[in-house]
Amino acid sequence: MVNAILPFDGPCTLNQNNKKLTHSMKWIITVLLTALLSFALCLFLPWWSIAIAAFAVSLCIPMKPWKSFLSGFLSLLILWGGLSAWISGENNHLLAGKISVLILNDNNPFLLILMTACIGAVVGGFAALSGSLLRYSVHKS
Amino acid sequence: MRILFTIVTAAITIVLCYILNTQSVLPAPLGKLLSPQHGVWQNAEPMEADFNEQINLKGLQGAVEVQFNDRLVPHIFAEYENDAYFVQGYLHARFRLWQMDFQTLAAAGRISEIVGEKALPHDREFRRLGMVYAAERTLEVMEADPVLKAQCDAYTAGVNARIDELTASTLPLEYKLIGYYPERWSNLKTALFLKYMSYDLAARENDFELTNALSYFGRDDYRLLFPLHQDSLDPIVPGIVGSDSALKVMAPISYDTLSPQETMVSVYDKPAPETGSNNWVIAPSRSSTGGPILCNDPHLGLNLPSLWYEIQITTPEFSTYGVSFPGSPAVMIVFNDSIAWGVTNGGRDVRDYYAIEFKDESRSEYLFNGSYLKTSFRYERIRIKDKPDYIDTVPYTIHGPVMYEDRHQPRGQGDRAWAVRWTAHDPGKELKTFNLLNRATNYDEFTEAVGHMQTPGQNFVFAARNGDIGIRTQGKWPAKWKEQGDFLMPGRDSAFLWQGVIPDALTPAQYNPERGFVSSGNQKPADSTYPYYLGMDYPLTRGRIINRMLEQMQSAGVEDMKKMQTDNYNIFAEMAMPVLMRYIQPQELTPEMQVYYQKLRAWNLRNEPDAEGITIFELVWEAFTAAVYDDEYKNAPKVVARPFQNTLLEALLKDSTYKFIDNIETRKHETPEEIATEAFRKAYPKIAEAEAGGRLAWSMYKDTRVMHLARLEPLSRLHLPIGGGKHIINATTTTHGPSWRMIVSMGPKIEAYGVFPGGQQGNPGSRFYDWSVDAWVKGEYHPLKIISRNGERDPSIRWTMHFKPE
Repeated sequence: MVNAILPFDGPCTLNQNNKKLTHSMKWIITVLLTALLSFALCLFLPWWSIAIAAFAVSLCIPMKPWKSFLSGFLSLLILWGGLSAWISGENNHLLAGKISVLILNDNNPFLLILMTACIGAVVGGFAALSGSLLRYSVHKS
Repeated sequence: MRILFTIVTAAITIVLCYILNTQSVLPAPLGKLLSPQHGVWQNAEPMEADFNEQINLKGLQGAVEVQFNDRLVPHIFAEYENDAYFVQGYLHARFRLWQMDFQTLAAAGRISEIVGEKALPHDREFRRLGMVYAAERTLEVMEADPVLKAQCDAYTAGVNARIDELTASTLPLEYKLIGYYPERWSNLKTALFLKYMSYDLAARENDFELTNALSYFGRDDYRLLFPLHQDSLDPIVPGIVGSDSALKVMAPISYDTLSPQETMVSVYDKPAPETGSNNWVIAPSRSSTGGPILCNDPHLGLNLPSLWYEIQITTPEFSTYGVSFPGSPAVMIVFNDSIAWGVTNGGRDVRDYYAIEFKDESRSEYLFNGSYLKTSFRYERIRIKDKPDYIDTVPYTIHGPVMYEDRHQPRGQGDRAWAVRWTAHDPGKELKTFNLLNRATNYDEFTEAVGHMQTPGQNFVFAARNGDIGIRTQGKWPAKWKEQGDFLMPGRDSAFLWQGVIPDALTPAQYNPERGFVSSGNQKPADSTYPYYLGMDYPLTRGRIINRMLEQMQSAGVEDMKKMQTDNYNIFAEMAMPVLMRYIQPQELTPEMQVYYQKLRAWNLRNEPDAEGITIFELVWEAFTAAVYDDEYKNAPKVVARPFQNTLLEALLKDSTYKFIDNIETRKHETPEEIATEAFRKAYPKIAEAEAGGRLAWSMYKDTRVMHLARLEPLSRLHLPIGGGKHIINATTTTHGPSWRMIVSMGPKIEAYGVFPGGQQGNPGSRFYDWSVDAWVKGEYHPLKIISRNGERDPSIRWTMHFKPE
């Protein structure tokens, strides 16, 4: 999927001199912003509001589509992975053990945390990609 | 082109969200389920969870303080009594909502709504049995009583206060896993819950099975297979209870000439036969604590979340501590500062069937006393998840709802129908019993309170701080003539109706008996001099061993009671082993078999977790019973009663030439020696297989488990290393056992202990979910304390919730 998107070149509005530094700064900010917005929306809205958050952030912050995908992916990977790992740790992995047997047929809390993180990441990645592509097509047209 | 890409990725995102939000593609809505802010992670309760809270709720009259101890047991202090029930409802819902909701759905025959078609047989049975009809009738009389109505209203408001504050993330785990949402609570649901207990405890009968047994075997053999009296009976109330009564009941003249026809129905599942209980009280004369000691352990299905919720309720009028049912206000098995009480199941047959003769296909009229009566119909719509509704129109007669109809049977033809007459259909104020008991202070008030108990009838034991003890086998018991209701009865003849209720003066009861103790273990309440028919099938053994041990108690303390309540002595084997040892011929066994024979012989009659003798005994006795009866039953109808658990043993103790010993399929006349030795040979492969699988030790073979109510194994506790079993005071079988063990010494200082195989939290993600299971397995107890709010905070208290009216 990522390969298919590579030929596109996102709109570049930043100063060429600081390109490298600002690009990675921008990227980190995007990741953090997506995570923050996802967390905030989920306080009031259903879980799929993470898609709205990732979509909105990548719509506003111009980046190459594949970078957007990566930022959305990573952002939710960290948020969902981090949250579930923290919650599970506080719980001595009591529930994660039971649920992992139910869902994965294996008493493995880590695997359940990984699965949680990946589900969030995939949704976040695609939502961010959609946002980025939308911005790109609107700009071009 | 770019637009197309945009559309495609957006579509992928939306489809992903959809798939992860529904059960229709993947087996679970994984996104919704695993979202750390909404899904199951939210149910992972932190080890150091803080239960200190300020809660403002609409509907409270005054302030309520709830102190939680280190096991999360709430001590409720309310200024107004009904506020206590309000908060009890709130706490039940907060910690146990899913189970109470699920159990009332089960009672109402509505499980198909959430799990689909596989629950349809259950739902159909409960609709046909008229569970909702029974609950509605009970609700009517409950709500006609202003005190009960206020109590139920407060409880319902409390439950709903919790339901209303639920969010997607605070929803109990099971709703998330199964994928549905709780309904609001109502007083009807409380009534339904109580009817569910009636089903569990008072729906046991085998009328179809016995009818078929009688029609297949004929009178003489039937009587040998199902004797009227149990020789080794040690009734709850010994001696003559009373023979004179204003209410005389007589069998109809036509009864003797009536020969029951075999019926072809396949009957619904029955409540588990292991359901039973122990209770006893020793008088101060036998105790070392200066007061009576009361013990109680009801044996019910072992489930998680636990059936029981421990609680203290303190109002300006009374202070009680004990276990309550999530689903109902009040406290059920309890002590307060004056008295203590406990229950065992009465176990009498209060569910009978009458054959209905409809005039025609429309079922709108049926024959009764020579004329036709109008049927009323109850329209039952069973909603099924992902399937069209199932509609059942149930005819109601003067006997009750028609539970079985030929045309619904797999092989059914013709138009026969059977209506069920069940005491649980009669409106009753069972909750009144507990409302009054919570505040009762002496034997008279206790007697008045338990007088309201109708169904399920219970054997109530009683102990008071003034030294009084007592027992009352209380309930609404139909006064029956001999064998009434053992078989299906003709529904067209009023002579076969129940002719009345046993008058209260003839309730088998004891108050401060000379022997210095009262007890019950579900055995028959009185002996054969009792003026009414009490049925045939009662567990004999626990009552006998309890009485034997109590007779030896001198200056017994709480520790002696703990030891006795968890005792594993097998009195059935004590009687049966001499029989087996007399008949089994070891010289006829192979050397491999003799190893097990010697193990059996050396067994000390105790069902300890690591004992192997009991496993061998169980398998040999099972094979022996099969060898004795299987030939006679070979061509019997499929729905047929097998002899009760003690019948073979009692027959052999009396008579070695017991008729059924002979194998009727051979020309030879077998001796008990041959049959018993052959049985050992037949049991041998199973014994060897158990040993090869490492399951010869009793606890491994028995494999006790505490199952989650939705039968989800990861949420259950499996393979528990506990002894006991059928016939044992520690009545722990594979799936049933002491669901609550309580010991209360009502001396100058009240000293109480208790434990149940579960925990206060219903949430499987909490450390309090199965908090006490291991203690229960080991036979350990927790101290139970009535805490007072005045003075110093009790050291066991960890958290406080303050409730205020909004």
